[in-house]
Amino acid sequence: MEEQRHLLSILVDNEPGVLSRITGLFSGRGYNIDSLSVAETVEPNVSRVTMVTHGSPGIIEQIKKQLNKLINVIKVTDLTGMHYVLREMALIKVNAKSEHRAEILRITDIFRGQIVDVGIEHFTVKVTGEPEKIGAVLNLLKPMGIREIARTGCVALPRENGTSNKNA
Amino acid sequence: MKLKGAQILMKMLQAEGVDTIFGYPGGAVLDIYDALMDTDFRHILVRHEQGAVHAADGYARASGKVGVCLVTSGPGATNTVTGIASAYLDSIPVVIFTGQVPTHLIGNDAFQEVDIVGITRPCTKHNYLVKDVRNLAKTIKEAFHLARSGRPGPVLIDLPKDVVNATATFKAPGEVRMRTYNPTYKPNIRQLQKTIDLIGKAKKPVIFSGGGIVLSKAHEELTRFARKAQIPVTSSLMGLGGFPGTDDLWLGMLGMHGTFRANMAVTECDLLIGIGVRFDDRVTGKTDEFAPNAKVVQIDIDPTSIQKNVPVSVPVVGDCRTSLSMLNDLLEKIDQEGTDEKREPWLKQIHEWKSTTPLAYKQTDTIKPQYVIEMLYEITGGEAIITTEVGQNQMWAAQYYHFTEPGHFITSGGLGVMGFGLPAAIGAQVGAPGKIVVDVAGDGSIQMNIQELATAVQYGLPVKVAILNNGFLGMVRQWQELFYQRRYSSTRFEHAPDFVKLAEAYGATGLRATKPEEVKKVLKKGLETKGPVIMDFVVAQEESVYPMVPAGAPIKKMLLV
Repeated sequence: MEEQRHLLSILVDNEPGVLSRITGLFSGRGYNIDSLSVAETVEPNVSRVTMVTHGSPGIIEQIKKQLNKLINVIKVTDLTGMHYVLREMALIKVNAKSEHRAEILRITDIFRGQIVDVGIEHFTVKVTGEPEKIGAVLNLLKPMGIREIARTGCVALPRENGTSNKNA
Repeated sequence: MKLKGAQILMKMLQAEGVDTIFGYPGGAVLDIYDALMDTDFRHILVRHEQGAVHAADGYARASGKVGVCLVTSGPGATNTVTGIASAYLDSIPVVIFTGQVPTHLIGNDAFQEVDIVGITRPCTKHNYLVKDVRNLAKTIKEAFHLARSGRPGPVLIDLPKDVVNATATFKAPGEVRMRTYNPTYKPNIRQLQKTIDLIGKAKKPVIFSGGGIVLSKAHEELTRFARKAQIPVTSSLMGLGGFPGTDDLWLGMLGMHGTFRANMAVTECDLLIGIGVRFDDRVTGKTDEFAPNAKVVQIDIDPTSIQKNVPVSVPVVGDCRTSLSMLNDLLEKIDQEGTDEKREPWLKQIHEWKSTTPLAYKQTDTIKPQYVIEMLYEITGGEAIITTEVGQNQMWAAQYYHFTEPGHFITSGGLGVMGFGLPAAIGAQVGAPGKIVVDVAGDGSIQMNIQELATAVQYGLPVKVAILNNGFLGMVRQWQELFYQRRYSSTRFEHAPDFVKLAEAYGATGLRATKPEEVKKVLKKGLETKGPVIMDFVVAQEESVYPMVPAGAPIKKMLLV
């Protein structure tokens, strides 16, 4: 069966060990985690886990049911197919020799990123957007020589009904 | 009221209706054991912590209550893991209390420290580390609630030494309210109506019942349902006893060592109603060819069980007993006139399968293990609680003892734990004092927890052990015979203890039968003897369990005797 990519938003008790219950479920049952991001919500005792996963429709169904079965999981929302806002942030440390500096600044500007650290031989670029946009920036910066990257993984929230196109 | 953590634990156990604790003391639980001295709980001192969990498991199944274990930190805790995993896969309500090093030492690699909450995360329904004595009472209340409600299962509570030693004001916690946990008992009526409609249309329906029937005590509802709609019933290993094994509609067990008629009926049926089953690989064989012509209805309280292994036409999330009782109400409204005639060709076909290819073995002048079980059934009138070890002994017990009530067949079905039967029998005997409890064992598995014989002797628990002694790890040998050209790699015991003398050394009674004509005599004597008894049946060495479906083959491809 065809593999599908799904974006899950999971509300959980903000307690020690909860993340390990989730990741343990995935490793123990052989499910995939493509990206994962966790932080507290407005309620301090609740955290939101945003996860991108993939699998056949049967596996995706099991993933959602198994997550719901965990005692510390409050709610699982599958944002796939819904209207939502999705963002990821990346910090990219890229070689910045003098002949490349202008080019890097231009690329950063086009993608509405920022230079957040400047060194004699490098820039650190911060860029925010959907994973595809970050992929595009990385591609353009590659020829200069990327030293290191750190990506946050996706975070997402549903939009209010009908206010926008699907995940625009 | 100011109480120590250990005393709060005692109060909460009383409040939960606990009467027996299976345990083993150690450094980290000294305070709890000290508090135990001032209570009326019956504490069964096992000889190994694995035995404590299996005993609590057997107790839970025989009594219908939650089993309770208490062990120390580190090795005490790790020794419980096999028992916990077994209870988890069989959905048995057990609460396990483990000692832990004091909170300030956690993470320090302290003496007898282990992260048991981390270790048991994937094999408990839920688990807790209590870091503050003020949370203790509420945690215990939640643990018992989780263990027994919804799909039952083991729950572990890790108790650091300083927490049980600290004092707090004790106030009995109120009803458990968890916003993250709310199992669905009452099924969707429309799904049930669809089921009834499918039954109306079906020519060859089969009910496949499982452990869920036993756990929710839905046997009466199931029997009424099957008889009313005239639908034959098969079951998984865990479902045995959920439908009378003596009923005309009974097909016998399904799957790898199922009966010919059960496997054929499921292969040919046009409607399969699975109730409280998870369609485990030992039942389905090759899933593509499992019930290929059938619409499948699956009723289960755990949504993850539904459609996990086979595609389902009508999923029903709900408690087995509630669902069956609602199905019965719906059936009542329909005129059942003509049902008998409609079912006749199907039931006739099943009867034919039964008479041409029954469960069978060849009698010789050595004892056949199947014969021992047949005689055990005859002598106990089908009334005994049978626990088993794992392997051939387990399958023969399942095939040749005909269970008519739930809670009478106690086996490690999901995990398949050798060494389960004796401690489980001890627990079952504690939970059902008036019953005859027999552990059907092999000479391999009995040696895995034989030390618990001392527990049975100490507490005067009259469990009987019937060892089907073939000198081999029989089931593995059988696979080697059938699929590895009889290359018996490490399955023959070249040395074994004298089980009669071993029984005597423990202070139990030992008996032996070596010829078929001695079997009845030894069984009778063994069952009449007071106290624990080991009966050593020296059986045919290379006897195999049939029918057998090779792993991964369709269930209609059975190897027969």
